[in-house]
This record gives sequence, C-alpha cells and structure tokens, in this order.
Amino acid sequence: MPTRSWKKAMSAAAPTEPSRIRPPRTAMPEQPAGQRVGNFDEVALGYTPDMARAEAVRCLACKKPGCVAGCPVGIDIPGFITALAAGDVPRAYAVIRRANSLPAVCGRVCPQESQCERGCVLGLKGEPVAIGRLERYVADTFMADGACAVLTGAAACPPPVAKTRVACIGSGPASLTVAGTLVTRGIAVDVYEALHEPGGVLVYGIPEFRLPKAVVRREIAALKSLCVRFFTNWVGGRTVMVPELLDQGYEAVFIGIGAGLPVFLDIPGESRIGVFSANEYLTRVNLGRAYAFPEWDTPVYPGRRVVVFGAGNVALDAARTAVRLGARSVSIVYRRSENEMPARAEEIRHAREEGVGFVCLHAPVAFGGDAQGRLASVRLQRMRLGEPDASGRCRPVACEGAFCEIEADIAIVAVGTRANPLLPRSTPGLLVNRRGYISVTEATGETTLPMVFAGGDIVTGAATVISAMGAGRRAAEAISRRLLG
Amino acid sequence: MVHRIVRKRPLIPGRTSELVIYAPHIAAKARPGNFVILRVHDKGERIPLTIANVERNDGTITLVYLVLGKTTALLDTLHAGDAILDLCGPLGKPTAIRRRPAPVVCVGGGTGIAAMHHIAKGHRLAGNMVIGIIGARSKDLLLFEPELRLVCHEVLVATDDGSRGRKGLVTALLEERLAGEGRVAEVLAVGPVPMMAAVSEVAGRFGVPCQVSLNAIMLDGIGMCGACRVTVGGETRFACVDGPEFDGAKVDFRELSQRLTAFRPQERHAYEELEKSHVCRCAN
Ligand SMILES: Cc1cc2nc3c(=O)[nH]c(=O)nc-3n(C[C@H](O)[C@H](O)[C@H](O)COP(=O)(O)OP(=O)(O)OC[C@H]3O[C@@H](n4cnc5c(N)ncnc54)[C@H](O)[C@@H]3O)c2cc1C
Ligand SMILES: Cc1cc2nc3c(=O)[nH]c(=O)nc-3n(C[C@H](O)[C@H](O)[C@H](O)COP(=O)(O)OP(=O)(O)OC[C@H]3O[C@@H](n4cnc5c(N)ncnc54)[C@H](O)[C@@H]3O)c2cc1C
Ligand code: SF4
Ligand code: SF4
Ligand code: FES
Repeated sequence: MPTRSWKKAMSAAAPTEPSRIRPPRTAMPEQPAGQRVGNFDEVALGYTPDMARAEAVRCLACKKPGCVAGCPVGIDIPGFITALAAGDVPRAYAVIRRANSLPAVCGRVCPQESQCERGCVLGLKGEPVAIGRLERYVADTFMADGACAVLTGAAACPPPVAKTRVACIGSGPASLTVAGTLVTRGIAVDVYEALHEPGGVLVYGIPEFRLPKAVVRREIAALKSLCVRFFTNWVGGRTVMVPELLDQGYEAVFIGIGAGLPVFLDIPGESRIGVFSANEYLTRVNLGRAYAFPEWDTPVYPGRRVVVFGAGNVALDAARTAVRLGARSVSIVYRRSENEMPARAEEIRHAREEGVGFVCLHAPVAFGGDAQGRLASVRLQRMRLGEPDASGRCRPVACEGAFCEIEADIAIVAVGTRANPLLPRSTPGLLVNRRGYISVTEATGETTLPMVFAGGDIVTGAATVISAMGAGRRAAEAISRRLLG
Repeated sequence: MVHRIVRKRPLIPGRTSELVIYAPHIAAKARPGNFVILRVHDKGERIPLTIANVERNDGTITLVYLVLGKTTALLDTLHAGDAILDLCGPLGKPTAIRRRPAPVVCVGGGTGIAAMHHIAKGHRLAGNMVIGIIGARSKDLLLFEPELRLVCHEVLVATDDGSRGRKGLVTALLEERLAGEGRVAEVLAVGPVPMMAAVSEVAGRFGVPCQVSLNAIMLDGIGMCGACRVTVGGETRFACVDGPEFDGAKVDFRELSQRLTAFRPQERHAYEELEKSHVCRCAN
C-alpha cells in the first residue's frame, strides 16, 4: 500500500494555478556508470515523491492532449498526472490501470520519446513532461495487490464465471493484457507458457538492469490474485493443440507467442563456439540468471572481447549485459551509420557511459577461430550509405576490397527475429502470411479460425511492449463482446 | 501440474537410473524420438532427456539418465514420490516411422540404448521387423537389454571388453549384418557422438539410410535461441525443432563434438561445487 511519505509530499504539491514559467524536466536519478557496470541492479532509480511532484506540476492538463494520442493504449495522461499532482496516487493508479495493465513495465521500457512524450505540448518549446517516469512512479508506489479494488472500485471483482473460460498461449505482454482485461469482467483466463517462468520477453529478454524481474513478478502476482491461472512448461503445438483447447471447453483462444526465432547472419564460421544469438545470450543471463552462476546453474560463456552485431534495443541489451559480465571490451558493430541506429537514444547514451564502443559502417563477413572450433576473430567489411530503402533509412553498400579483422572471443548476433513456425504449423486452418506471421482481422485480432485470436509480435513482427498490449486490448474487447454480449 | 516420480530404478548403480514419471498430458502426446526438458530446482538449469518409454494408460513417461554433471546429479537425489519441478514436452520431431518391407536396425550405445528403446518399440508397433544392436564398455554398463528383447526380433550385443556378447564395437556387428543376407531398410543410431558418426559411416558404405539422434546443447527447446544449431548438409538446423533426428550421412559430427565442449569448464566447476556442498546421495 502507499506509504505516508508520498502523501505528505503530494499534498504539499497540490497545484493551485498553473504557473506560466515551466521548470525544467526533472532528471531521473541513476546509478553512476562506474558503479553499475559491476552489478545487474536497475540503472534508473526512480523518482522520489518530491521529484514526482515537481514533474507532475509541469503538466498543463491540456483539454486536447497530444500525449494521449501518442500512447498506443490511450492512457488518460492528464487525468493521472492531475491526480498525482493532487496527491491521490491510488486514483492516479486507477486511471492508468483502466487502459494499461502493466504500468510499472511500460513506464520503464516504452519508447516514450517516440510515443506519448512526442505528442506533449511542452515538447514544442522545451522538454516534454516525463510521462513514462511518472507512470513508473505511480505503479511502483501503489502496489498492485489490490488491483481489483482499484480497477473497478469494488472490493472484489466479479468471480470468474466458471463456464466462460478463455485460454492464452504465451505469456508476454499481449497475453497478460488479454488476461488482465478479461478477468476483471468475470471471464476466467488460463495462460499456457512454454518456458518455466511467465512474462515473455519481459522475463527472458529485457535485462534486470532495465526491467527488474521483481517488477514483472509483481504484475503477474496481481493477475494471479484475480484468479488468472498460469500453466508453465506447456508448449502450444506440442503439449497442447489449439483445437484441443476449444474442445476442452475454452470459448476462445488467444495466441500471443511472440516472434522469438533468431535470425543468424548466414556467414562462414557462424557455428563456432562463442557465437551466440542475442536470444541465447540474454535467455541464459535473464531467464537462467547466469550472472549469478554457479549459485544459479545455467552457465554463460565467458569472454574478454565481445562484439555485437546490430544496433537495436536487443543489441544494446546484449552489449550492456556483456559489460556487466566482466568483458574487457565490448563493441557494437553496425552496418549503417549512427543516425540510423534503431535503439532508443537513452539506451545508446547509457551504453556509451558504460564503455561500449560503436563501430559503424561495418558488416561481418566471416568468423575465424582455432582448431577446437572456438571463435577468435571476426572479419568485417567496410560499408557506405547508399540510397534510402523502403523504410526510409539509407541502404548500406559494401565497399569492395575493404576488409579488416578484429579479435573477439564472443560474437552476439542481434540482427532480428522472425516468427517461430512451431505453433502455426501444428494448427490446421490457421492462416499465416508470407513471412510466417499470423493473419488477423486488424480491429479484433481474430484469425482465420473462429474464436481463435492472435496479437503482439506474432502478428506484427518484432515491435514494442506497448503495441503488443494494444493488440491484446483490442482482442480482449472483441472476445468479451462475443462472450458477454 | 505436479509431476511425481512413480518409480525409480537404478540401472547402473551411481551412474544411471530410470525414472517413471506421472505426466499424463505429456504421455498423451509423446511419440518415439521425442524428448523433454526439465529443471530440478528453482535455480536449476534446463536439460533435455529423451523419452525412453510411454505408458498412456498409466499416464507415465520413462526417462533414463547418466549422471554427468550437476543437474543429472541433483536429479539422482530424487526418489519415488518426489516431484520434478519443471517438466516440458514432448519436444522435437517424432521419429519418422512407416511400414518397411525390410528390417530396421536400431543401434544404441551407452545411455542411448534406453532412448533407442522407444524408437525400436515404435517400429515394432508399426509392424516392422526390428533388429537391435547395443553396446557398452562392459557388461555392468549395459542397460535396457531385457526391455529391448521384448520389442526387437533380434538383439545383438557388443562390449569393449567382451564381458557380454561380442568383444568390440557395435559398428562391427552392424557391418556384419549389413554385409550379410537380406536387405536392411534403415539404420537408426542413438548414443555418443563418435558412435553415431561411425554408424553413419558404415551405413553409408552399404548404401543404407541412417538416422541419428543429435544431443546438441539446448536451452529453450522450442527454437528460440539457436544453442542447439547443427550443420546438416551444409545448412544450419536447430536440433530441438528440426530434429533431433537427422540424416547421419549429412551431419557435421566434428562440429557437434566441438560445440558440446562449449561450457565444459563451467560445468566442471558447478559439479565440483555441488560435491563440496555435501548433497546427500547416500540413499541411492
Ligand atoms: C532483448 C529485448 C529488448 C526489448 N526492449 C524493448 C523495449 O525497451 N521497449 C519495448 O517496448 N519493447 C522492447 N522489446 C520488444 C518487446 O519485448 C516485444 O515486442 C514484446 O514483448 C512482444 O510481446 P508479445 O506478447 O507479443 O510476445 P513475447 O513477449 O515475445 O512473449 C511470447 C511468449 O510466448 C511464449 N511462447 C512462444 N511459443 C510458444 C508456444 N508454442 N507455446 C506456448 N508459449 C509459447 C514465449 O516463451 C514467450 O514467453 C524488446 C525485445 C527484446 C527481445
Ligand atoms: C535431445 C536430447 C536428448 C537427450 N537424452 C538424454 C537421455 O535420455 N539420457 C541422458 O542421460 N542424457 C541425454 N541427453 C544429454 C543430457 O541432456 C546431458 O547429459 C545433460 O544436459 C547433462 O547435464 P548436467 O548438468 O548433469 O551436466 P553438465 O554439467 O551440463 O555436463 C556434464 C558433461 O556432459 C557434457 N554434456 C553437456 N550437455 C550435453 C549434451 N546435451 N549431450 C551430451 N553431453 C553433454 C558436457 O560436455 C560435460 O562434459 C540428451 C540430450 C539431448 C539434446
Ligand atoms: S504506456 Fe507507454 S506510451 Fe503510454 S503513456 Fe505510458 S509510457 Fe507513454
Ligand atoms: S500534452 Fe503534455 S502538458 Fe498536455 S496533458 Fe499531455 S503531458 Fe500534460
Ligand atoms: S534449444 Fe534453443 S533453439 Fe533449440
């Protein structure tokens, strides 16, 4: 439950008249770089009540808020910030939860600069309100345990009607959103996850130092407290088939299995020991807690010189993980220039502060190594920027004859993921597109199988937590309309 | 879902045991060639083990493991009535079993004999003539021979020291069988990598197709990490979802052997730490 300190700080902060001069955006306290490279603790420490108040009062509570339009799930941002500024954190939380069932997660990992904060009117002349940080503050302060009371105002949610049951396959943000939405409407939800821990990428992919696992566990505990059941170690398409679930009495099935199939570079020497997909490297460290080896049993390969291919969030997470595991040098190798890097600006800044090097306009062409099959070096080719491609980014073009060799004992391939065909292939009648992603009716998420819905990365390809949640939200609305009328 | 050990039977004391586990939802789907991934404690590693038998009516699956490192050592501390913390399956593609006009030869080595049992049983149930060829270093290390005799029309045994059956390697027995009268439709091999490589080579020489079950290092077992990648016919395949069985003639066994050593120092370290921590295994 909320503590007293925020209450005091908040009531002192209740705004009277919005002042004309806006104070600057409140900085986020962070673990200093020199310290954080030696641990896996969270980098951004979170606002204090005073900081949250100072930031909340910057918001103009716009009548036509640009921020809300930028949020894929349409949180009533002025609504929650006004409540926060008035010292009412539970109300702020209730406002957020109406649209977002994982606020502690989104407040941390949403690319706010290209979503809600991009639409903030304050950003036109100065710095936008730190919406994500405030969302995180509210979620962290108000423990989600009494979620039902907050969401519905009632002491307890309607008990799930035993007859109306829905199954979710996969337990990433898309499925968690479906579960959270349906369960508060009296529909019982069972979630089937292939791995031994629920949470999807939030658990196996995004590292502890950006998203502590305790935060994800808390969100999942909140769902469990609402009687959502989690079945781990169940593989859709192996342990359980989609049609079977419908036969077993589930009235609808939601498929939220993500897009976790790693893409490799397909260049010579890629099977060498020391070459890993980012998924393997991150799964060992996050799901397997390999950073605590041997207290935890899953090992991670030790290396002193690490190169990471790619420059998205996944690549940066892998690079920053390698730094924390004690690598002497860690470099991001990217075939375009720095301007085209898809990772968030904040991630790139954090990585730089932690000593990650950036080698732009280079692409790997081969892995070299010793007679035991271990990686020792990577051969790179120089690239230059050519014409923009379909995505508007300049296409990298190889510079003929310009090669160089760099030493490396670990290479991490983070150049993207694709749809895992395991479940679609074992589900007759489920239509997928040319690239293997499940085809759905956009507005409802319904697939070509009646009462079978899908959403998140398995429909769109690798995207964001919040877009997966948006898809989950749409599917949940459609499902509850069908089931509850 | 709690998966309890129904029965435990030591096959080679201190080294290899058989567990019969109540897991009806896995038993309902498991086919020969499938495997499971399990974890034995909440900080544990995920390891793959082949499903050596299935009793659908009882809702049980059978696993046979060789104690090699920390996880298998911890697994060996469990007894009938204990639960396996995490058990996931059935994984991998099942063995491609169809009606064959000529005999199928199933070659098993070491712990692989138990894994082979389920495949041999599948062929038998499909109506095929099944010949088992099994081998170990010595008779004390030989397992599952009686079980195999129940499903094979013929079982040939080889031991390195000659303490049971023919002295020598399974490949010598295979070679004789392939050189002898009558055609063989297919050879399947499960066992240590060098054995599978040798069996593939022999089968290839006689022009008989040979399937091998690859034991690559695995992590998730559902195709999301690529830890299990193997090179087959010059292409990268994931053993957990594209296999574990592949055409032995096309497998790069040298690479597989090398990749299996990737974590050896850490594995040794974990095992030594475990030994130091006095986990009681005396009740075996
Ligand atoms: C390293 C990394 C960092 C990222 N950083 C960010 C970030 O900072 N901000 C952001 O917004 N997004 C980020 N993303 C992207 C974001 O995490 C994903 O877009 C989002 O998690 C997709 O959600 P989802 O629900 O579709 O699936 P996922 O989160 O992928 O979850 C799918 C789940 O389904 C399970 N599953 C798969 N197949 C089966 C099956 N057959 N049966 C049962 N279960 C199955 C998987 O094990 C997994 O748990 C990152 C992704 C990665 C990999
Ligand atoms: C599809 C598949 C099916 C398998 N079926 C069986 C089975 O039925 N019975 C059985 O006993 N084993 C089986 N294995 C091998 C088993 O998974 C490993 O023995 C186990 O992971 C060892 O774990 P550990 O923690 O006890 O030892 P670790 O400490 O992980 O390893 C100890 C030693 O074993 C070697 N090793 C590690 N992983 C493997 C591996 N995957 N294969 C072979 N050697 C390895 C290491 O190099 C090391 O020297 C199978 C493997 C696969 C991929
Ligand atoms: S959910 Fe994401 S986009 Fe929406 S307000 Fe929160 S941080 Fe911004
Ligand atoms: S646009 Fe900015 S100032 Fe206006 S309501 Fe949204 S956060 Fe507040
Ligand atoms: S074990 Fe991860 S892809 Fe096969």
